[in-house]
Amino acid sequence: MVLLQISEPGRSPEPHQRRRAVGIDLGTTNSLVATVRSGTPETLLDSENQHLLPSVVHYIASGETTVGRRAYAQSADDPLNTLISIKRFMGRGIEDIKTLGSQLPYDMVASDSGMPNFNTVAGEISPVAASSEILKVLIERAELALDGQLEGAVITVPAYFDEAQRQATKDAATLAGVKVLRLLNEPTAAAVAYGLDQGGEGVIAVYDLGGGTFDISILRLSHGVFEVLATGGDSALGGDDFDRALAQWLGEQAALGDDLNPSLQRQLLMAARSAKESLSSQLQVEISVAGWTGELKREQLDRLIDPLIDKTLRACKRSLRDAGLKPEDVANVVMVGGSTRTLRVREKVTEAFGRQPLVDIDPDRVVAIGAALQADVLVGNKPGDEMLLLDVIPLSLGIETMGGLMEKIIHRNTTIPVAKAQEFTTFKDGQVAMAIHVLQGERELISNSRSLARFELRGIPPMVAGAAKIRVSFQVDADGLLNVSAKELNSGVESHVEVKPSYGLNDEDVTRMLKESYTHAREDMQARALREQQVDADRMYEDLLVALNQDGHELLSDKEYHCLEAALDDLKQVRQSTNHREIARHIEMVSKTSEEFAARRMNASIQKALTGHSLNEIEKGV
Amino acid sequence: MDFTSNYFEIFGLPAGYQVDLELLANRYHQMQREFHPDRYINKPSQEQRLAVQYAAVINQAYTELKSPLLRAQYLLSLSGIESSREASITRDSTFLMQQIELREALSEVREADEPFVVLDRVAEEARDQYADLQREFGQQYSQADVEDAVDTVAKMQFFSKLLNEVEQFEQELDGE
Ligand SMILES: Nc1ncnc2c1ncn2[C@@H]1O[C@H](COP(=O)(O)OP(=O)(O)O)[C@@H](O)[C@H]1O
Ligand SMILES: [Mg+2]
Repeated sequence: MVLLQISEPGRSPEPHQRRRAVGIDLGTTNSLVATVRSGTPETLLDSENQHLLPSVVHYIASGETTVGRRAYAQSADDPLNTLISIKRFMGRGIEDIKTLGSQLPYDMVASDSGMPNFNTVAGEISPVAASSEILKVLIERAELALDGQLEGAVITVPAYFDEAQRQATKDAATLAGVKVLRLLNEPTAAAVAYGLDQGGEGVIAVYDLGGGTFDISILRLSHGVFEVLATGGDSALGGDDFDRALAQWLGEQAALGDDLNPSLQRQLLMAARSAKESLSSQLQVEISVAGWTGELKREQLDRLIDPLIDKTLRACKRSLRDAGLKPEDVANVVMVGGSTRTLRVREKVTEAFGRQPLVDIDPDRVVAIGAALQADVLVGNKPGDEMLLLDVIPLSLGIETMGGLMEKIIHRNTTIPVAKAQEFTTFKDGQVAMAIHVLQGERELISNSRSLARFELRGIPPMVAGAAKIRVSFQVDADGLLNVSAKELNSGVESHVEVKPSYGLNDEDVTRMLKESYTHAREDMQARALREQQVDADRMYEDLLVALNQDGHELLSDKEYHCLEAALDDLKQVRQSTNHREIARHIEMVSKTSEEFAARRMNASIQKALTGHSLNEIEKGV
Repeated sequence: MDFTSNYFEIFGLPAGYQVDLELLANRYHQMQREFHPDRYINKPSQEQRLAVQYAAVINQAYTELKSPLLRAQYLLSLSGIESSREASITRDSTFLMQQIELREALSEVREADEPFVVLDRVAEEARDQYADLQREFGQQYSQADVEDAVDTVAKMQFFSKLLNEVEQFEQELDGE
């Protein structure tokens, strides 16, 4: 069997062995991709030397797309086929976006699954599919710059994104053909960029006001560990809302009435945005739109946006309270997002925290840079690195109980990963099934929470009401994604769902869409499936080989060792074939064979970690 | 030894009510450095799955040991007493009177001329008493006075709830 070479622990791999990994900031307004090269994080440029890719996708009848600046330029001429602010629609139901729909000039239609789609000349386009177009452009940019296929990407999401919005983001990445190493909260990413840059310790507050979202996170940084203490925000509040407030004012000044056509709406919004941005560096601005010309003073803008800024400050207060801290406990306030360039925002944040916020790192790029740093650590380019991120879930998770109430099982601001279980019982004599309705939100009434999934536990043996013991278990992984299972304890009857939010895509949808995007090139799809399985097989082979070399002889009997070795050899051979199903089968087989080895290795790690404590104590003389 | 045995052992700390919170936090970070799923991206997938479970246990252990109330309940549960389940009502009538007074004060906050002042007064009083109870529990537990310890935990629960309500009021007064 061919042995792979492994570098000494702690020594970084040769440059050519570095794994290609990127951080992607998939923004409402702008998106970016960054990577770490020669130890330094940098955002990658497009062929026109631009970092920012406007998150705009323009569709034509053939289904082809343009993404970015050129798409944005079409915005007023072809509003219905130019999708902007797509992120606001991710993971949202048709009900949610009714309010948005009246503000954004789109033609939205409900899909079969109740999810809203954009109606374009290219047919119905889901927000997930549109997002994946943006991701594809960024991935292509990165693969060109790094000269090869990516190992994976860390993709950032607003901390306040709920389960459905996170899942939708992950689906978009799958559709774009990139492996998600981790979904990372945007403010946490920004804290990483600042924390590592300035080496500061203590409490950091990250205030992130972008185009469509607002996040506040309170973190404690100590010896390379970023521990999120609390997070809050509003996943539908940002600079876009400043624009809308101003556009409405402009509409009033120009006496345009209420019933505006989509093109005029876009013109007003674009004029508002550009005026707003100018006012960040000048006191007044001349505006000319829809036949109206006038002057806008900074104070007027401030008056229009003050209520919106106040809303963000209330969320800051709440998060501080959740963290059990006072404003004066905060050592550094970090500003992130284009909207923090608005001077009024800086003023009010300074006032609220009683200190000048940090703005040294470009607020447009800081999130992507933090994500790139995390990606670099995750793929193992920095062995022995001390950095660790401990993040939280932003919203409570629970299930519906009698009377339309939500029983919380995991509370907001709980550190992830987390596993919690709670027992429930039957309501009627002889009840043989139980409906489990999974919810997310803070309010008691389920009508105020988001419905994530429904499933049923069937086959409960008939008993008198209250005798059955049903344990519902929630597990949230490090991406903030939820898994729920239910089990009747007396009989052992079990049921399980990976929570695919009611509004999201299910696996079949994703597969279908993947297929659709390849209908014109069947070979492409085959080739792609093969490549994916080969990448998986290589990973598994490599990872297990390292493990086997480290601990194989110690933890396995000779027989077990050879058995696993043989399975690996097989895998290596089959990997050369072009049959992706066969490869998949072998991956599964190796996975089964190595189960026990994995358990023993973990056990050994635990023993080592626990002995570590006692050694520490001896050293300290405790 | 496995991970479900004892939260104190996970952090290499002696089982007892007195906990050095700084040391606990250090040990917590140390353990997560070892077992957080972020450390397992390049490990075999089986180990990745186990890491998610282990990291969750470490988080749970830290949450329970860090909180004065949960830690007390956890210690009792180690002695086989599920104090959080039983709606254990204390029979200490002085304590009940105090509780009623504090609750009345709280319910009048909305109508008060200076609601924040009233709220702060209630909060301070509640925090003081909560701290006293924690000291009491520590003594009772170390003297194996289980019966009184259970009663003290019941009282602590009252205060923990009350303090939560104070927070909710603060939120409400802030217009959230
Ligand atoms: N100079 C500026 N002054 C005020 N707002 C700005 C300025 N530059 C950009 N913005 C606003 O920042 C927002 C985009 O911020 P960004 O962080 O890119 O958003 P997102 O993360 O949501 O994509 C837009 O609302 C834009 O108008
Ligand atoms: Mg952003």
